[in-house]
Amino acid sequence: MNEKVLLHFQDTSADLTDIEQYLGEGGYEATRKALTEYEPDGLVNLVKESNLRGRGGAGFPTGLKWSFVPKDTGKPVYLLCNADESEPGTFKDREIIEHDPHQLLEGIIIAAYAIRCEIAYIYIRGEMALGYKVLVKAIADARNKGFLGKNVFGTQLSIDIHVHRGAGAYICGEETGLIESLEGKRAYPRIKPPFPAVYGVFGCPTIVNNVETLACVKHIIERGSDWFKSIGPEGGPGPKLYCVSGHVRKPGVYEAPMGTPLRDLIDRYAGGMLPGRTLKAVIPGGSSVPILRAEETAINMDFDSVAKAGSMLGSAGIIVMDNTTCMVRALRTITHFYHHESCGQCTPCREGTGWLEKLLIRIDSGVGTDEDLKVLDSVAQGMMGTTICVLADAAAMPVRSFLAKFADEFEAHVRGEDCRADAVHRRVA
Amino acid sequence: MPSITINDVTIEVPDGTNVIQAAEMSGQEIAHYCYHPGLSVAGNCRMCLVEIKALSSKQPNGLPKLQIGCNTIVQDGMVIESENEKVRDARRGVLEFLLINHPIDCPICDQAGECKLQEYYIDYGGHDSRFELKSKTEKHKAVAIGPGVMLDQERCILCTRCVRFLEEVTETHELTIHERGDHSELSLAHGKSVDNPYAANIVDICPVGALTSREFRFEARVWYLQSTPSVCTGCSTGCNIEVHSRAGSIYRVKPRSNFEVNDYWMCDYGRAIFSDNGRADRLLSSLSRESGGFVNARFEDAALRSARALQSEPGPIAVVASADLSLEEGFLLGEIAEQLGGGLKIITSPASSEFCDDGFLISEDRHPNRQGLLALGYVEARRLHKSVNRLLVARDNPAAGEESWDAYLESAGATIVISDNFDETTAYADHVIAVGSHFESDGTFMNGKGRVQRFAKAVDAPTGAVEGWRALGYVLGALGGTRYESAEEVFTALAARHLGLSGIGYDALGNDGVQSGVSAQWAGASVPLDAAALDR
Repeated sequence: MNEKVLLHFQDTSADLTDIEQYLGEGGYEATRKALTEYEPDGLVNLVKESNLRGRGGAGFPTGLKWSFVPKDTGKPVYLLCNADESEPGTFKDREIIEHDPHQLLEGIIIAAYAIRCEIAYIYIRGEMALGYKVLVKAIADARNKGFLGKNVFGTQLSIDIHVHRGAGAYICGEETGLIESLEGKRAYPRIKPPFPAVYGVFGCPTIVNNVETLACVKHIIERGSDWFKSIGPEGGPGPKLYCVSGHVRKPGVYEAPMGTPLRDLIDRYAGGMLPGRTLKAVIPGGSSVPILRAEETAINMDFDSVAKAGSMLGSAGIIVMDNTTCMVRALRTITHFYHHESCGQCTPCREGTGWLEKLLIRIDSGVGTDEDLKVLDSVAQGMMGTTICVLADAAAMPVRSFLAKFADEFEAHVRGEDCRADAVHRRVA
Repeated sequence: MPSITINDVTIEVPDGTNVIQAAEMSGQEIAHYCYHPGLSVAGNCRMCLVEIKALSSKQPNGLPKLQIGCNTIVQDGMVIESENEKVRDARRGVLEFLLINHPIDCPICDQAGECKLQEYYIDYGGHDSRFELKSKTEKHKAVAIGPGVMLDQERCILCTRCVRFLEEVTETHELTIHERGDHSELSLAHGKSVDNPYAANIVDICPVGALTSREFRFEARVWYLQSTPSVCTGCSTGCNIEVHSRAGSIYRVKPRSNFEVNDYWMCDYGRAIFSDNGRADRLLSSLSRESGGFVNARFEDAALRSARALQSEPGPIAVVASADLSLEEGFLLGEIAEQLGGGLKIITSPASSEFCDDGFLISEDRHPNRQGLLALGYVEARRLHKSVNRLLVARDNPAAGEESWDAYLESAGATIVISDNFDETTAYADHVIAVGSHFESDGTFMNGKGRVQRFAKAVDAPTGAVEGWRALGYVLGALGGTRYESAEEVFTALAARHLGLSGIGYDALGNDGVQSGVSAQWAGASVPLDAAALDR
């Protein structure tokens, strides 16, 4: 397997949460180089050239996003690191934060300089108590070393980072919900336009980047954009963290090049299926993206390839399901999550997520009808593209794809036949 | 000005106009719940989805996703479709979502008849429910959230108009949304009650039956109510209102929008004034004194006798009025005094009160027409300096005031009282002419900023009482003055002479009123009584 970049902590005996040991591994050289050898616009161009695309889920080109910050507004510019990682099946950012926090801090300092920001925030998911402690210590250590605060690295620049803990709502990971929450309000996503780059935290220009995205920035400075582009497909390259969970022998976070074949991630990295089980389906990018049947999984894991297969790379949360999985029950579980997490602001999402779950409870409980299946699809369809943020789409996409790809199982459930899933659990009749 | 096309209608609209407003300007409606022109854009109900067929003349491409009209600012060359099949499908979908957890208790809901859920169901829904009845989420009903407002959480569609009103207009923050998803509910913020002087506005702006008025609850079906444009008499702001009545009774008062005066709002004190209309001490007949006691009189007889009494008593005359008189009444009283040789015209109502200007709609001066009477030549005085022979007291009760009027009232040879109720002063009268309240008459007021506004008769005066302008016009006629046949004729005469509004009739006042050249120059200026004026 390749050299690990983002998960370098796995290859070294050094404790990278200790700043002295981190420095011993060449730490903070990239940041020093960025702040002393580059102009901010030069960094933006470098990241543009690297074709780095956001790792939070949408895959938006990072350098392009940075260039949207309007100049000379007279307002401060904020950088917001989204560490609210909450998409079911996703647990990659936590690895970076807990084991290699300075890698992230370097990315934040470099990005802050590039967008002319003096105050950056890390919005960390409330449940990540360890990660929070690690970050607070890392920031204090970096400040003591003169890497944060006034005159960082002996320059005229001031850059500081504050950590803000969320309280566990999924919607706080949506960038404008996150901004509202950071401001101390309910995390109701904002209507766009205006976009955060123009009107973000406290009404000021704001860039929101994912943890893994910012971690990549450090390595782009260190090794160059050509190096970055050489890893995986040129349109969206780089080292990538894949979260493999479900019915595999070794679930976990794996670093592999962007574009690594999905089957490799399951069979080689994650050790293959559990003994005696066969692959039934995979959700490739976190619970909100369309599901793939086993025969559709011969794809490469990069933004464009997964999109071509009718799903999304999303957060690269690969949820593997074997032949014992009841697709009705699985969908019911996923839908329960989105029903629970809908913020309730927009009508279609607030009412639709609950309706979906109620229908799925009926179907799963054996009292559903053919009509329920039609209504289920039609409700999901009515939710898509009609709301302020994409949570409604996130709830609707699994429903529509499960129904389309496993129609036979749903039909069996409403006809009162035995669940098609092999043993393990039977539907509640 | 951007030129845009909505459903094949092309119109020019001001910069910064959103699609809902632009459609309205073109005479079309885009269905919406959460959008309110007086509040910030929330964009949560998703009812105003429209299709953008072309973004602008520079970007002739459309947008693949439907957009919300409230948050879409028009650009020159924008082409919008708001009633095509795609849009109607989406709107039907949103409406279905809104209704699945709604209790559909229209038969017992006060909002029925003016409910946007009902209206848009007719326009876009018409569907049968696909939702299992027993699956509906249940929430609290009939929650008293303040002295004037009742909340039904099940009917609430969570549009947050009320929350935004209390945040942005009153800045009192009593309401908020608790919980999330389909468990979201409108609730009081911890330790609060919706108890501010503008609370009832949230009932008006609630597009459904979630917030209802505790006073109006179960009183009347709204489709039986008749609406009459009027002006609030609660203070010198002169908020524009609608009076809702049925069969001679007033049931409620609602604000009528006027951007020069009250935007979309009014205060709760103003809303409560109509209840005085049904008070027990209303005068139901004019009265004449005969051998020491009052006897009922037809208003024509009382007016004629009043005219005779005034004519037969020589000596100084004073018109004593409150600042509640309409311009027409104030003018006619002045004309009567002129006809009798001229006299002093005073306003006894104090301009100050226990209320303070709240910097929004409530003025310290609790009377609607002080400016108007000052413009007609009235002066402010709490009392007279010496007795007069002839007193004309109009909608005023000096006998109950802080200053002692007993001596003046007792010594006057002729005391005529024009009033809508019995009070301390009517007891001193030789003749009492029973008149209707301002809800029972046409007329005009001039507010504290010099704006002349018209009110219309909403209900008939009690049998035996007539409109003030009619009663005073009759007296004036009996004295040989001009006979006016309508409030409009009176207004036309006084507008030219006193307000610098010549040629301005009722029609020109329209619904929004007209700013006169008379400014607030007299406000608060109490003019000392000029004794010489009495001897004139």
